[in-house]
Amino acid sequence: MISKEEVKRVAGLARLGLSDEEIEKFRKDLSSILDYINQLKELDVSGVEPTTHSVFLENILREDEPGKPDSERAGRLLSAAPANQERYVKVKAIF
Amino acid sequence: MDITQLTIEQAGKGLRNMDFSAQELTRSFLDRIESEDPRINSYITVCEEEAFLQAKKADDLLKKGADLPALTGIPCAIKDIIMVEGVKCTAASKMLENYVASYDAGAVKCLKQQGVVILGKTNLDQFAAGSSGEYSAFGKTLNPRDETRIPGGSSSGSAASVAADLCVFSLGSDTGGSVRLPASFCGVTGFKPSYGAVSRSGLMAMASSLDQIGILAKSAMDAETVFKAISQKDGLDSTSVVVPEIKGKDVSKLKIGVPGEYFVKGMDPEVEKTIRDSIRRFEGMGAEVQEISLPHTKYALAAYYIIMPSELSANLARFDGIKYGFSKESDPGTKTLLDVYLKTRQEGFGEEIRRRIMLGTYSLSAGYYDAYYLKAQKVRTLVRQDFSRAFESVDLIMSPTSPTFPFKFGEKEDDPVLMYLSDIFTISANLAGLPAISVPAAKPGSLPVGLQIMGKPLGDFAVLSAAKKFEETWKK
Repeated sequence: MISKEEVKRVAGLARLGLSDEEIEKFRKDLSSILDYINQLKELDVSGVEPTTHSVFLENILREDEPGKPDSERAGRLLSAAPANQERYVKVKAIF
Repeated sequence: MDITQLTIEQAGKGLRNMDFSAQELTRSFLDRIESEDPRINSYITVCEEEAFLQAKKADDLLKKGADLPALTGIPCAIKDIIMVEGVKCTAASKMLENYVASYDAGAVKCLKQQGVVILGKTNLDQFAAGSSGEYSAFGKTLNPRDETRIPGGSSSGSAASVAADLCVFSLGSDTGGSVRLPASFCGVTGFKPSYGAVSRSGLMAMASSLDQIGILAKSAMDAETVFKAISQKDGLDSTSVVVPEIKGKDVSKLKIGVPGEYFVKGMDPEVEKTIRDSIRRFEGMGAEVQEISLPHTKYALAAYYIIMPSELSANLARFDGIKYGFSKESDPGTKTLLDVYLKTRQEGFGEEIRRRIMLGTYSLSAGYYDAYYLKAQKVRTLVRQDFSRAFESVDLIMSPTSPTFPFKFGEKEDDPVLMYLSDIFTISANLAGLPAISVPAAKPGSLPVGLQIMGKPLGDFAVLSAAKKFEETWKK
């Protein structure tokens, strides 16, 4: 079983607020999922290359030219932000 | 016959013969949605106004009688995690409850070019994470074949809307079985193309190395028609590929592999019998069937439940309450930027999403990366090698799509590991990037069972052609 502190540490990294009951619930859930996942330990993978993607990837290049300004689209994107002021997205102070 | 029951092929004929107009067809579907969907709950958003505009445009073209694409005037539905410009795209999450898509997904652009009618956006497990359809913030979807049972997920609404004649076909997405599993449970055809065959541009990312847009339809022929329309190399998706249109071998020359590892203890004997009978039908058509082994199958699910949550946790980091979507920014209780992040993500995401974010963050965190994420990627290589070796001696691999019938609501909702096991036969195709289809295999009227056919990478047309042959055996 993973510890309460471990759950809090991971939630902090993930920027996920958790209530005390949720910490307890995730402690149980994550432990049972990790128990299942830990069966991979019996498998020897030495010398095996990792697969990141199933298809062969190649770079797609384009000319490095700025696109045309699209103020209507920019306006739509800005207005999607929960809080804004003039043409800025507004956020709370860091401290 | 009610025109909402028609396949693409049949509806297309009806439209061209002027038996009915695209507007009449659209009206029939919208009426049916109005009467049936308050119960089934397969749609999150219905686009009545836009649908009629598209239908009218299609009718104008049809009246001119020009040579039109197969999908002109055909009413369809789109999983609500694939963007349609100007229409809400919620991912079935409170996080995006009011989010309006600012552009069309690559696949949607292709459909619009063919002149389809988009009836609406379908329900799903929140952010496409779930196997039952129970994890939507907008209520569960019922299985139209047996309303006491789950429809399967995560493309729950896409499968149910096709099964209940609430659209002709729909788009879904498949990261570990999310098109094939609900297709199997709802008794419709569900096709997951090869990785990269359909652009992921405009599909909200869950696990980028596994995600693939797929098709839910009333026949394999229809799935092929839609696949031809949406498969393309897209400059907006660097992983998109061109699938060569090579027809598979004649069925009498096919070699079919049946992996012993896919007939496991604890599987429903009725499901097993149905699948064995289905494979026998291919033997009846002259195909050669042989037992094969995919030895790393038992490790595939564990590897998947590391890789998928890891990629999901990275992709869903963008939902922070700042740029769009649900936010606690103006909540009087939040004082700092960090408060906004923590509270927005706590309240905006459903429980399963948070569980996966936690799991993914854990496997990627310092000290655990090598033991979990890197190890899982190496196991992924072993799973791929199993398939490459098998495909040296066989053309296609057949198995059940799921070891069980669709289960009852609530049966697995609170046990994540039990729920994850529902995907045991579907995830390997995603890990290896293979094309795979689920076709209905049970007698009409009985509880649905899906036969899964997997093909070589980019062998999409061989898979579709075998599925079409199988369908024909029902007509005899």
